[in-house]
Formats: sequence, C-alpha cells, structure tokens
Amino acid sequence: MPREIIQFNEVWKTYALGETEVHALRGLSFTLFEGDHVSIMGPSGSGKTTLLNILGCLDRPTQGKYILGNEDISNLNDDQLSDIRSRRLGYIFQSYNLIPQLTVLENIGLPLFYQGIDETIVRDKSSLLAEKVGLRDRKNHRPYELSGGQQQRVAIARALVNEPLLILADEPTGNLDSATGKEIMDMLDELNHEGKTLVLVTHDPKISEHSRRVLRILDGALDVSR
Amino acid sequence: MVKFGIKNIWLHKLRSLLTVLGIVFGVASVIAMLAIGEGASFEAREKIKELGSNNIIIRSFNPPADADASQSSSLNVFGLTPVDLRRIKTIPSVENVVPTWELKETIWFGNAKVPGTVVGTVPSYANVYNLAIPSGRFITPADQDNFQPVAVIGAGVNRTLFTTEPPIGKRIKIKSGYFTVVGVVGERAFQAANEGFEADDMNMAVYIPLTTSRAFFGEYEVKKGSGGMRSWERSWVKFHRFVARVVDTGQIMQTSAIIRSLLDENRKKTDYEILVPIELLKQAEHTKRIFSIVLGSIAAISLLVGGIGIMNIMLATVTERTREIGIRRALGAKQADIIHQFLTEAVLLSASGGFLGVAIGIIVPKMVTHFAGMTTLVTSWSVIVSFAISVAVGVLFGIYPARRAALLDPIQALRHE
Repeated sequence: MPREIIQFNEVWKTYALGETEVHALRGLSFTLFEGDHVSIMGPSGSGKTTLLNILGCLDRPTQGKYILGNEDISNLNDDQLSDIRSRRLGYIFQSYNLIPQLTVLENIGLPLFYQGIDETIVRDKSSLLAEKVGLRDRKNHRPYELSGGQQQRVAIARALVNEPLLILADEPTGNLDSATGKEIMDMLDELNHEGKTLVLVTHDPKISEHSRRVLRILDGALDVSR
Repeated sequence: MVKFGIKNIWLHKLRSLLTVLGIVFGVASVIAMLAIGEGASFEAREKIKELGSNNIIIRSFNPPADADASQSSSLNVFGLTPVDLRRIKTIPSVENVVPTWELKETIWFGNAKVPGTVVGTVPSYANVYNLAIPSGRFITPADQDNFQPVAVIGAGVNRTLFTTEPPIGKRIKIKSGYFTVVGVVGERAFQAANEGFEADDMNMAVYIPLTTSRAFFGEYEVKKGSGGMRSWERSWVKFHRFVARVVDTGQIMQTSAIIRSLLDENRKKTDYEILVPIELLKQAEHTKRIFSIVLGSIAAISLLVGGIGIMNIMLATVTERTREIGIRRALGAKQADIIHQFLTEAVLLSASGGFLGVAIGIIVPKMVTHFAGMTTLVTSWSVIVSFAISVAVGVLFGIYPARRAALLDPIQALRHE
C-alpha cells in the first residue's frame, strides 16, 4: 500500500463577499498517495483554483483539515507555510512564471535559495537538473531567450530541485502548441514513472487522459455523478 | 541578495541614476562645503601661527578728513607715537612691544628690481613674529646703536633679486641708499593674496634697523595726491605698527581693551586700528558655524528629496515586479525575505548615490582650490558621516515599499499581469 501524501478532510473555504458568504469549497474530502498521477478537472467557478491554492499552501482552509506528508498545515502561519512551500512543493504554471532577470540556473535554484542552502550546492543541483530537462547549453541564458517549451522545462527543473512531496501543475501545456505540449506531458509522465506524485489542474480531457485518477470538482465538492 | 540587487539596479541604469541624483547632490554638497569651511578655519589657524597667537597688532591709519577741516595744510600727521609706545610698555600683561616704520619702495640689486616693503624695526621683532633666519642673522642691538646700513631680506625678495648668487654681503639699493644684506628670512607660508588682515606679504619685506631707517628716510612719506599734477600729499607718521606680545593668551582681549583706552586718552580722532590674530579664529569659527547651518539645511532638503525619489521608484518597482514577488513567495520566500530583497535594493541605490556624491564632494573642493585659490580640507569624518547618512536614507525610505511588497497576497501577486 503506497504512503498517503495528502489528506483532505471536510475542507471548507468560505469567502465573505459583503454581507453574503460564498462557499468555494464545501466539505471536500479525498486522499492522494505517493506516486499518484491525478488530474483535477472542473468548469470555471467550480472551486478548482481555490483547491489548487490550498493544495499549494498559498491559502488556508476556513474549516477542516489538510494533512500534507504527516504535517497538519491547516493552521500554520505565513512563515511556516512559506517554509512548507519551499521544502515540500513543486509548482509548474501555465505561464511558466520564471523571473526574467535571472538566468536559467538561478531560476531553477530559487526554492533552495530560500531554504538558505549553500550557493555551490544549489548551483550543482540546478546544473544537474538543467541537464536532465535537456537544457545543458542554455544554463546561463535568460528566460526571454528561450522558447515556450524550453521555459516550461526550466519550470519543471525548478519544481524538482527541492525534491518535493508533490508536484502541482496548473494547465502546464496551456500556452504551448500541441507538439510541444505533448513533449512536456511526456516529460511529466516520465517523472511520475520515476515515482514523483503529480497533480494536474486542467480542463483539457486530452491532458487528463495521462492521469490514472481524475477528481472532478463541481460547486466546491467532488462530482461523483460521472 | 546583494548580487540580485545590483543586477536590478544595473538593469535600469538611467532610472537609477536619476533616482539617486538628490542623494548625490546632497552628499556632494555636504562634503564640498565642509571642506571649504574646514579650509577657511585651517587657513585662519595658519595665519595665527604666522602672526603670533599672543600678539596684538596696532596699526596706524590715516583717518578720513573732517568735512570742516581746513584743506590748506598738506601735511598729514597721524598714527602711533613714541609716547604711545612707552605707555603700552607699562602695561603689566604686555611682555614686549616692537615698533615698525614702513615704506613701500622698489628694491634694487644691480639691474634687478622688485617692489617691496622696507620695515624699520628693532632686534626683538624676530622673536615677536617667530621669524626663522636660515642664513645670516637678524638685526642686532649693535646695528641699531650704530645706525648700520644693513638689511635682512624676505624670502620673496631673495628669490627675485638673487637668482644666481648668495645674497649675504651683497649690497641692495633702496631709494638712494645702499644696504648690506646680512640675513635672509625663511619662507612664510601665509601669502598676502588671501588678505584683509595683514596687508603686506611678509616675504616681500626688507628689514633694516629703525635708527637707520630714520637716518635714511626720515619720518615723512610723500605721495602723489588726487588733486592734480602739482598736488602732493605728505604724511608724517612716527610708527606704522606696534606689535605687542602678551604674556598669556587668556589676557589678550583684556589687554587690547587697555591699549585702546590708553591710546584714546591722547587723541581726538581714531587714527589706529587694533587687530588681534586670535580673533581671526573666532571669526572663522563663526563663519564656519553659519556655513554649517545653511549647508546642513540644504543637505537635509536634498537628502529628503532624494529619499522621496528612492521611495517613489521603489514603489514603482514593487508594482512592476508584483508578479516576481508572487513567484518568489510561491517558491518559499518568507515576508522577511521579500523585505530584505527590496530593502537591499533601496540601500544599494542610495549608497551608490552616496558613493557618487563622495566622489564629487572630493573633486569639487580640489577644483575650488585650483581655480579660486581657496584652501580646502576634506575631512574623513565628513565623508564617513555623509555616506552613512545616505545609507540611512535608503533604509528609511526603503522600508515602506519593501513592507508593501512583502504584504502582497501571493495568490493575487501571481495572477498580476
């Protein structure tokens, strides 16, 4: 039995909009295991983004429990959440989100930089990962000198550098043409084969086909009708 | 962190330069002005060293004629007299008084000539003024008693007249009289150019015994008057200058007041002025203080403006880089990391402004010295303090933008276009 990585236990997220309360998540419960390849799908307004933010430790549930690894992170403060993000999570965004002033290597090493790890170790590790994603001769380039696919590969390397429990990918192929998109998806599948836990957020059925499980979200709860 | 900061500043070179201009001017003006102020008081101290800190100088001058005085008399009698000299000598706090009689005259040696000042005086003049005599000797009591036609020349006179041969034993000519050079006075640092106080350049003086000067030149001075071809102004002056040496510097002001009251008893019109070299220092310090206040306010204003400029540009930077802040936060940057990053950038910005300001602040006084001939003195504490202030300005005006950056919601920031 694989290890449980994520437990969502009756998670609610409520926003106060003036007088009324809006429930973005309504008592969501699910479990993810080590080595999972999961897609989260749902129409816009379903609470998909809120779920992603909470999963990514950028936001806290209003009610309920979120256990990541074996830490309950539902009640952590801002600094503790930052720490979790830098140690436990890898992010891949639709628009790559690389920092334009930094080189490929510096971008890859950023999560380790905020853990205060020695610069030479960060460099070596980043360098290794740049090679792994096929950017051996682009290490000192800036993001704007790279193609979209290459930029997303930098982002993948960055998501791997801190050896996270979980890689969160938000529409990772949304800005790419289909051929490049397929390359990126193949790379993510490859990582999953190596044992990485992967959560994809997408509305593209072709992407979710890569996953072994699909969580469908509707109105802030799991849609079990399909 | 510092590396990233420098990178970001370098990315917007022109913008950064314009931003720090206020700081640059602030720091540069502080250092430059302080250098000029310090230079002035340094000069005053040097002047006092030359004139003697224990000395009171009493100088004769021709009082402006009364409107109702008869113009028929063409003989002007004024100035210090032997009676004055004797009376000043009786003051207990006065150690010594030396008189001089002076004449502006051309000094000849062979065909070479130079405009100089003949100073008839007594042997102790050298002590009172701390004159160094590197070659030969000063006037002696024997010279004085025997009306010897000997002269001790200033360094400037020596340099101009005796270019090839040693001056000692040579004869120089003043008016129709010949004088044997017996000594040369060492170079006096303080030049006449920056004047207002001691009108004569001491390097251009020729000292002769007072008795000899009486014998050769009398006590009259004849000058061409302002009233046309035939008018001459004759003045009769017993002594041009007394230098009273006071036993103790603390008694200077008191003693000069006593001298003033003594002199005033004997005259209807003030035909003398009293100069106290140590007063110069007080004046210089006073000027320096006023300078510092004015300059301090200018500097404060420009540093304030500079600081606001930095705050302004940092706020713009934060907005511009909202997305970057979101990315960094998502990847694990704590709020403190973000504050650190933007504060570092603000301080680097202001410190580089401070650095530029220091550079300009050191160059400007050098140029002032070169072109205006003013003494300037860049003190190390003015450099350190103004640089420290520029860094402090960066911290002070960088905190608000940095905090604003840190308090951005990571989710919102990530979505920022």
